[in-house]
Amino acid sequence: MTQLPLRAQLASALGRTAATLSRVTGRGDGSVIGGRVGLILEPDLLRKLAADRKLVLVSATNGKTTTTRLITSELQELGEVATNAFGANMPAGHVSALSQAKQAPFAVLEVDEKYLPEVLDTTGASVICLMNLSRDQMDRAAEIWLLAQKWRRALAGKDVHVIANCDDPLVTWGASTASQVTWVSCGQPWKEDSWCCPECGGPLDRKGDDWACRECTFRRPEPTWVLDDDAVIDPRGQRWVLDLRLPGRANRANAAIALATAELFGLPAERALPRLREVTSVAGRYTMVERDGRALRLLLAKNPAGWLEAFEVSDPGLPIILSVNAQGPDGRDTSWLWDVDFRILNGRPVYVTGERRLDLALRLDVAGVPFQLCESFDEAVAAQAPGRVDVIANYTAFQQIRAEFGRAV
Amino acid sequence: MPSDSALRIVWIYPDLLSTYGDQGNALILEQRARKRGIPVETVYVRSADLVPDSGDIYLIGGGEDRPQILAAERLRRDGGLERAIDRGASLLAVCAGYQIMGSVFGGEEGQPVAGLGLLDIESSRGPARAVGELAAEVDTGLGGHMLTGFENHMGVTRLGRGVRPLSRTVVGTGNGDGTEGCHAGKIVGTYLHGPALARNPWLADVFLSWAAGYPLAPIDDTWYDRLRDERLKAVLPR
Repeated sequence: MTQLPLRAQLASALGRTAATLSRVTGRGDGSVIGGRVGLILEPDLLRKLAADRKLVLVSATNGKTTTTRLITSELQELGEVATNAFGANMPAGHVSALSQAKQAPFAVLEVDEKYLPEVLDTTGASVICLMNLSRDQMDRAAEIWLLAQKWRRALAGKDVHVIANCDDPLVTWGASTASQVTWVSCGQPWKEDSWCCPECGGPLDRKGDDWACRECTFRRPEPTWVLDDDAVIDPRGQRWVLDLRLPGRANRANAAIALATAELFGLPAERALPRLREVTSVAGRYTMVERDGRALRLLLAKNPAGWLEAFEVSDPGLPIILSVNAQGPDGRDTSWLWDVDFRILNGRPVYVTGERRLDLALRLDVAGVPFQLCESFDEAVAAQAPGRVDVIANYTAFQQIRAEFGRAV
Repeated sequence: MPSDSALRIVWIYPDLLSTYGDQGNALILEQRARKRGIPVETVYVRSADLVPDSGDIYLIGGGEDRPQILAAERLRRDGGLERAIDRGASLLAVCAGYQIMGSVFGGEEGQPVAGLGLLDIESSRGPARAVGELAAEVDTGLGGHMLTGFENHMGVTRLGRGVRPLSRTVVGTGNGDGTEGCHAGKIVGTYLHGPALARNPWLADVFLSWAAGYPLAPIDDTWYDRLRDERLKAVLPR
């Protein structure tokens, strides 16, 4: 990598100092404050830090952090990789990630959906992975149709290779202005945001993973990579059984995207796949933690599509603790709870906690799902018999639970 | 409502306008009707289908700008909702769906788009997005309760002589003139998510008693009341 200009070096170094201070004082993991300090001193820092590296940007409503981790793990087969592993997915987080691995020839950056056009412009990334778009924290996030429109504009006319999930009509529309696209069929369990054609507004006819507009020519492109149950089929028709240590369909979908990405870097599936299998938990997600003889598995779900995937991972034979907050990062509007079909929990012992437990309580009452209301997470854990328990929490509720376990997870 | 047939709820265009948990309003009406022994049937009408005019309670929800314009165009062409209202059906219209019921609303660039004209209101785009909890005192004609919910919109709505305000705001923006929502006949419009009927079960019962034709027996409202109390306490000045 070429030497950074003096000002950028200084900005980058001071940012790392701020990050260290944030960590040692226990205020956070430091990835946002460090980047902010750097950007104040050198507004062009991100562009300078990104120059001369092979850069992958990863964006979606769900699965950004995990897919970023999977691709990072693969590319480490080829050399050092800079990455924002803690989910700090706006430019300050990117600066921080790149500052911490200045010599790394590769970088894999998770990018907030809204920031994708800006980050693409600034970094000149050559590869972008786009997995899914669905309703998410509507009081602060952009509307998703608008978001896909912005992706289209950002990708048009750029020399960038997109790897996109063609089973998601809105992602397909958002990606289809790119000069080169590798289409991956990796499923779309949540369909409530894609019954209408993004191109013309007409009805989409859907059959299995396939879809086509009834009124215009917009339809699902033919995929070259396909997720088929527990395996991924590559462009030559070879079937790779994934056998991941991360659980669930959503992670098999993320792995399909990661394998298609690896091939762009000349990394064949037989070398990439063992790297994917090394990943066991991502920023505390899917981790098993112990307390007083109870083994709690922590699942994060931030929006209706995410809850659907979390239910799929959770074990229907186990009791389950649900925790919901509505702080800024969660979205302050809890209306989304009504888009989640909780009836799947019928028959399981259900414990409800979090700052907005009363919203969740009414939701379950109307769904006809019996539950026990708990004033705190500790109370919910204490109510469990020894053994395994599933926990699903939304963003800040999840972070609070992690903090109780000392971020050891 | 004839006793031999079920109460018919019609949810208009969930494929275009259901971005904010709008399904909740249908689920709550179903639950509160069944608890009183009233059989219910809910019809989900997608935008490619015709709106039946035989329903008792119609629901339309919130959504993005472009789906809102598509929904208005399709509903104007369809005519089923207007016929149902003429027959005496009721309508709860939320956020984008509320604006559509007026004579005009603002499109994605602020351009005027024709609505259905079922409510004597005009909406346009305001200077800033109104986002947050709302609390308001409801018109005494509808029982004088407190209205609670969450608003998230850029609309400013001017009420004409043909409608009454649903409520006077204590906290929040609503229509933008110190009122929130409006009502006329059996049509109620509001900006509120939450969803509106989860936070305001009394309003669900207004619709159910319109459809049943008699006042309804009270039911166990423990979870509704606890949520309402918590939300109102969180926002109202002490």
